[in-house]
Amino acid sequence: MSNSQDAYFIPEPSRWPIVGTLALFTTFIGGGMMLNGSGFGTFILGIGIAAVVYMFSGWFSDVIGESLAGSYNKQVDISFRWGMSWFIFSEVMFFAAFFGALFYIRVLSVPWLGGEGAGFATNMFLWPDFQAVWPLLTTPDMSLAAADSKYLAIKEVIPAFDVPLVNTILLLSSGVTITLAHHALKKEHRAPLCWWLAATVILGFVFVFFQMEEYAHAYHELDLTMKSGVYGSTFFMLTGFHGFHVTMGATMILVILVRSMKGHFSSKDHFAFEGVAWYWHFVDVVWLGLYVFVYWI
Amino acid sequence: MSYAAVHEDDHHDHDHKPTGIGRWLFSTNHKDIGTMYLVFSLIMFFIGGAMAMVIRAELFQPGLQFVDPQFFNSMTTVHALVMIFGAVMPAGVGLANWMIPMMIGAPDMAMPRMNNMSFWILPFAFTLLLATFFMQGGAPAGGWTMYPPLVLQLGDGFPFLIFAVHFLGISSIMGAINIIATVFNMRAPGMTFMRLPLFVWTWIITAFLLIAAMPVLAGAVTMLLTDKFFGTAFFDAAGGGDPVLFQHVFWFFGHPEVYILVLPSFGIISQIIPTFARKPLFGYASMVYATASIAFLSFFVWAHHMFTVGMPLAGELFFMYATMAIAVPTGVKVFNWTATMWKGSMTFETPMLFAIGVLFMFTLGGFSGLMMGITPVDFQYHDTYFIVAHFHYVLVPGIVFGIISGVYYWMPKWTGHMYDEKLGKLHFWTSTISVNVLFFPMHFIGLAGMPRRIPDYSTQFTDWNMIISIGGFAFGLSQLILVWVVIKCIRGGEKATDQVWEGAHGLEFTLSSPPPFHSFTTPPEVTDATAHS
Ligand code: HEM
Ligand SMILES: [Cu+2]
Repeated sequence: MSNSQDAYFIPEPSRWPIVGTLALFTTFIGGGMMLNGSGFGTFILGIGIAAVVYMFSGWFSDVIGESLAGSYNKQVDISFRWGMSWFIFSEVMFFAAFFGALFYIRVLSVPWLGGEGAGFATNMFLWPDFQAVWPLLTTPDMSLAAADSKYLAIKEVIPAFDVPLVNTILLLSSGVTITLAHHALKKEHRAPLCWWLAATVILGFVFVFFQMEEYAHAYHELDLTMKSGVYGSTFFMLTGFHGFHVTMGATMILVILVRSMKGHFSSKDHFAFEGVAWYWHFVDVVWLGLYVFVYWI
Repeated sequence: MSYAAVHEDDHHDHDHKPTGIGRWLFSTNHKDIGTMYLVFSLIMFFIGGAMAMVIRAELFQPGLQFVDPQFFNSMTTVHALVMIFGAVMPAGVGLANWMIPMMIGAPDMAMPRMNNMSFWILPFAFTLLLATFFMQGGAPAGGWTMYPPLVLQLGDGFPFLIFAVHFLGISSIMGAINIIATVFNMRAPGMTFMRLPLFVWTWIITAFLLIAAMPVLAGAVTMLLTDKFFGTAFFDAAGGGDPVLFQHVFWFFGHPEVYILVLPSFGIISQIIPTFARKPLFGYASMVYATASIAFLSFFVWAHHMFTVGMPLAGELFFMYATMAIAVPTGVKVFNWTATMWKGSMTFETPMLFAIGVLFMFTLGGFSGLMMGITPVDFQYHDTYFIVAHFHYVLVPGIVFGIISGVYYWMPKWTGHMYDEKLGKLHFWTSTISVNVLFFPMHFIGLAGMPRRIPDYSTQFTDWNMIISIGGFAFGLSQLILVWVVIKCIRGGEKATDQVWEGAHGLEFTLSSPPPFHSFTTPPEVTDATAHS
């Protein structure tokens, strides 16, 4: 294949896809064994995750190499853009499943359990003393005999205008810093580019740190855990997956920072930067949804 | 670059085709990957088919004959998962891989490496799923819909079921992203959106459905996983959750999924019917809009699967009317296909026979769907063999026939040889007769009240069940003819021309048969005259 602009770019056969498949396969086998209670599974899971990391670094260094060698034309760039946009959309839908569950539980199923509408029979026959409130500190089965419940009563939930507010400010500022980095890149101002990126990475990881502190606090002092009934379930599912995405995003920005320091990217040609920035904004927007519907109202 | 020039420089002579196993493992070629998808799909079709044969053998007579009820339940569950995710979806993606780059004048898919991974995930994901048969507690047996709390009772196989679904989801999403990037970005100059062949159109829309629906399924099964292993209470009323929530999330994926399965088949017959009627497709633009409307509406009808679960009246009514509404764009498509044939110079080669089969028998399945979409009536039909009849009509003669018609239609292009027309016709007639013997009586026993997913039944259903089982075995055997036709066609046969069929239009029929390794190495120019339509 020639590399000229008007011809197509088709990559040579590559071993990374099959490596990635095997790596994920190993991860799933290890994860499954671990969940079934086999200690050996944890070991396999570790190997699998290491292999996934190996695959990503190998695959991306191939792509970066091709990009630096000038093999990519405008068309490849646009393909990457479509790819990244729709990948982010699929992530939106993944979170939508959990937000949907949250809304269903808050708006429909918890009130039904409390005896509203069609739920009056369930309430009357199973848990007549259960009160539908949100945040749901005690579960329906606790209204019969708290000691027999397989769930844990929550002492208190995390107030919105505390660390979560700080975290909101951190993430929103990181959205600003990455935009400033982008402006610096467009003007080919290398030093501010790197500094703004570094600030973004730090803001991201500080967010993750606070989130971990908050989890520790919730588990140790508030009895707010995954086992605290449906409030804990939705809380940890949403914030947990979000925190994971922040970690991934911050790591990706770190890679972009290192590449910027090495002099990669030009004012016109920097899709990797933009793709990661889109991802970061997406993580940001999900957080706003979380902040409003999980912590605040 | 002019259109003709593509043919002059025979680029493919110095195409270095990789050799050995590496050609397949490391492939970045849309045709090789498409072939792997299709072969995989055929294998899964027979694995899933073998499970169906076990089901039909057990149901041949009342009482318990061959398998214990737990294993019977595993058969129905895994049969469905294998057929949906292993046979039908990969066949659709395989055809998309083979045909879309050729149809839009591209050299390959937009992201060939990711394409490879989308495929190779499949055999490994099914290894995870099928390995559950050998685990403590056996294979999943709570139905392909995985409703809690039943599914949570599964033994060691449980996490592997969930991870298999995740793995398949990753594959589908990558495949869908690739198709969108390819169509949006790799079209040859002049190949405007409204000149795209309908197969390409139906696939873009399918790809959007995949990207919107598969992550929701992933979310649903993730909640199952945490409910089972991490003590969450999403689907446990005692903890404040609701088992019905799972059904909502699942069917929010599930109903778009049925259109993910069927739209490519619609696309295929929209290519075939004009070819053999020797007339352009009637109402091209309305076909595009109808397909898009079906896809859009498919996100608002999910609870027609849950009419008996105890929803508020407003919900029952909303989902009834929304379901009825889908029949409108579906009707537009059916009328357009029919109008395409009206006064055409029709010939009935095997692809056309199968396509007409789709037209008639999918419509039949659509009608029973409409019947079940009427809430009060569905109270009687729900969870009976009537619904089994419904979805098998849309899935087998509606979708599998569509895929088969596509295979017959394009096989000469792929292999360079014509297939054996006599055997093809034999395949069509044996399949069509047996598929109706198999599925039509299910309407009767369903209306009479025979429940689905139960290994035993009341004796008054015996006669029809015997007939159904005989139809089932006959249908299974008929598919061996397809295997024979394909092998024969790969090994030789009358040489196919570039155009293959007298009435065929479209860029794929301007390439040689078989086409060069990389389809179009330089973009062809598309005009109204060369565009399909
Ligand atoms: C005209 C359009 C359609 C309508 C109105 C319709 C309606 C319905 C309804 C109401 C049910 C639920 C029945 C019950 O559980 O009692 C159902 C089930 C089903 N339909 Fe359809 N349907 C349509 C088209 C399709 C298509 C195109 C497919 C597949 C390609 C399909 C596949 C299925 C499947 C697999 C089920 C059963 C799911 C399960 O419970 O396991 N349907 N359909
Ligand atoms: Cu449906």
